[in-house]
Amino acid sequence: MIKDKELLRDINDAISNCMKCGNCMEVCPIYKELKTESAVARGKLSLMEAVLNGNSEITAGFDKRMSMCVSCKACTAKCPCGVKADELIIRARQAAVSSRGLHPVKNMVFKLLKNRRLFDFSLRMAGLFGPLSFKKLPRPMARLLRFPMPGLDRRRVLAPFAATPLRSQYPEVIKVDNPKMRVGFFTGCTINYIYTDVGKAVINVLKKNNVEVVMPPMQHCCGIPVFTSGDIELAKVFAKHNIETFERYKLDYIVASCGSCTMAFKKEYPEMFHDDPEMKERAEAIAKKTYEISEFLVDVVKFDQSKLGEVNITVTMHDPCHMARGIKVTSQPREILQSIPGLKFVEMKDADRCCGAGGSFSVAHYDVALKINNRKIENIADTKADIVATSCGMCRMHIIDGLERYKLPQDVVHVIQLLDKSYQVGAETTVKKSKVS
Amino acid sequence: MKEQLIKELEAIVGNEWVQTEKEDLICFGYDATPGFFNLPDAIVQPANAEEISQIVKLANREKIPVYTRGSGTNLSAGAVPMSGGIVLFTIRMNKIVEIDPIDRIAVVEPAVIVQELNVAVEKFGLIYPPDPGTVATASIGGTVAENSGGLRGLKYGVTKHYVIGLQAVLADGQIVEFGGRTAHAPGYDMVMLLTGSEGTLGIITKIVVRLMPAPAHRKSMMAVFGDLNDAGKAIADIISHNIIPATLEIMDNYTIRTVESFVKLGLPVEAEAIILAEVDGDYDTVEQDALKMEKVLRENHGEVKVAKSSQERDQVWAARRAALPSLAKLRPSTFCEDATVPRSKVPDMLRAVIDIAQKYNVQIGTFGHAGDGNLHPTIVTDLRDKEEMKRVYQAMEEIFMTALALGGTLSGEHGIGLGKLKYMPNQFGEAGMSVMRSIKQAIDPNNILNPGKMLGEMQVP
Repeated sequence: MIKDKELLRDINDAISNCMKCGNCMEVCPIYKELKTESAVARGKLSLMEAVLNGNSEITAGFDKRMSMCVSCKACTAKCPCGVKADELIIRARQAAVSSRGLHPVKNMVFKLLKNRRLFDFSLRMAGLFGPLSFKKLPRPMARLLRFPMPGLDRRRVLAPFAATPLRSQYPEVIKVDNPKMRVGFFTGCTINYIYTDVGKAVINVLKKNNVEVVMPPMQHCCGIPVFTSGDIELAKVFAKHNIETFERYKLDYIVASCGSCTMAFKKEYPEMFHDDPEMKERAEAIAKKTYEISEFLVDVVKFDQSKLGEVNITVTMHDPCHMARGIKVTSQPREILQSIPGLKFVEMKDADRCCGAGGSFSVAHYDVALKINNRKIENIADTKADIVATSCGMCRMHIIDGLERYKLPQDVVHVIQLLDKSYQVGAETTVKKSKVS
Repeated sequence: MKEQLIKELEAIVGNEWVQTEKEDLICFGYDATPGFFNLPDAIVQPANAEEISQIVKLANREKIPVYTRGSGTNLSAGAVPMSGGIVLFTIRMNKIVEIDPIDRIAVVEPAVIVQELNVAVEKFGLIYPPDPGTVATASIGGTVAENSGGLRGLKYGVTKHYVIGLQAVLADGQIVEFGGRTAHAPGYDMVMLLTGSEGTLGIITKIVVRLMPAPAHRKSMMAVFGDLNDAGKAIADIISHNIIPATLEIMDNYTIRTVESFVKLGLPVEAEAIILAEVDGDYDTVEQDALKMEKVLRENHGEVKVAKSSQERDQVWAARRAALPSLAKLRPSTFCEDATVPRSKVPDMLRAVIDIAQKYNVQIGTFGHAGDGNLHPTIVTDLRDKEEMKRVYQAMEEIFMTALALGGTLSGEHGIGLGKLKYMPNQFGEAGMSVMRSIKQAIDPNNILNPGKMLGEMQVP
């Protein structure tokens, strides 16, 4: 117990900076639903303070309340005192994990996740045999569980596992004729095993822009789900593995097409090794090269807009928390969407408000996640858009779940899939034109 | 608290709306005032006035304190429990019951957030003017109980100028209604008595407020002063030219330097004061008043910048918005006070605060509503440093005594609560305190409603 408190002790100063003004109440999605003080950052920080002052212990009740956070970072962005409440909550979870262990479902999943080969094998098997356990829904990429599974709510709309993971569908190096740069693609789990359509679109778009793509087969989960659950030591194992994996290649840049994965490479890895100068330096070298795909296409590649074809749809966009507040990439995906001829872009209300997915949060607290999601779905419905674009697999799955519940017809895709579509239309039109002439 | 009483509370509001786990009690032991923390016995979340009536009857029978709490953004420890008792958390009562654009009123439940009301009345071209700094988080019930002010106080007044009707639960559980849908009501003005009563006389369960037409046009400007006296004279001259700005704000040098160090806005760090002002209303009046005001500011050696677009307006106000957050970032603990003086005494007060900061070697930045003399000397410190805190409390006392000596008052908008309790006799004298205590005793003989606040400990017969 003493040691667990030590974990909190070195954040004593950070906790003291909270002046309890309660500005976090305005933006906290959990507080809005639960309507109680322990739901909001101010309350959670007070609980940590109470443990430090000896007024309380790291109890089961402490764990329970610390688990009620989607890590959306809205409180941190709002805080007038600059308190990074989201990071402090993760530290409190770390103290709780060290004191009481992980939640049993998480423990099971993380054990699997820890072993890269076993994890890969299991998800491939899920892709092959998954159709047996899922019931198909009419909309694309939407399935319901046929049988109860531990930790999963059966009401929830999930996505099918890919029969063949993305990285098995391509060679390690995807060559182009006149490469202007060589880029490592960190696919992340959702894109490798579930939303391979996003991965394909990323590869197509990069090829279109004369970028050579390398997909290191040894790459593994970015570690964010483990990190936010408070198992920092395991997250470091993942971080080290990925840093070593990408160091082996000669790469100009590294791209990821998920806000959370990008945040892991850009922000969390250097932070995780703050007390290990050698690893910190290596993590920073990797971080400097890493970009989210929209950010990369707009800021670095300056993507080719001359070959875009018309895509006549109305699109609205949801900013994932880790895009908006984690890596602060919000203008670039919009710039991409607005560059597509024929595409009508409409903003939804509170586009950067959490959808409730929160990675594994929605698995552990489906009921709350659902209520947060309802607000997102209502904002989407108001736009009358045909398609919702976003940049995170978990958001995509969670929003599809909400749209299905509301019986709304919209599909949810990654921003890059729409750009890919536009390039495809562009290519077809050029072919037609050349045939005519 | 006895197990049986918890059961009774659960029977009134339902099990899920009574919290007694220690982790939850800890989260209701504070409000936004540094240095005050006490655990309650239970947190109860009623759905309506009837449930509150039953809770209060129970508390009155058992002589258990009831601390009403909205969003808990109070700055005078008004929402902090004293020791044990029930925190009556109103958050479920958050409906805007009615908006009537003809009577120009809104009827709201206490947990409606002030900004939510403003968003709701916007489509009728109306505003609810009181806009405390916590407009996006504060519950309107709390702002009525504390009689909160805001940036627009000079022209539009404070909360009490807008409350015309109240429903409240008294200490014996009676549900009473005073005032109504018109601004006129005979008899004792019970609406005004409850407004600003800090939860000591009744629990507000429904509020009727007046609304105002939204101004068609507005114009903002900023003036930089090398000499504080010039700034003071400019404020006096603006008022004596019969210009009524919606907002007339001042920031002292300490605040200017702090803001500039965190948010690079290009503020002149040598300036003794910056005045920020906005006039609003119909187009012609605004343009005329803005010209007049600009002239007055220049005549008093102010370096004036008038906002020409909405972007420039945002830039002007960015400095003011950054004042409290920047000061708060300097040190862990922030005491934002609201000593208020007649507007002619604003420069004297600002100078006094600077001297007090030096005398006690503490850090104070002052900004605030210069137009109505409501200043926010903001002391930044660290609660954990006992020696420094001693000096902080000495400085605080001298600030309040100075305000009173200048003909001012202890609180412009944050209330007395516990934070300023000990200075109350200095403002009201024993006779004044005795009258207020008699009122409290007549309405709440068992002293169960927010006991210990505003009037201090009371003798229960």
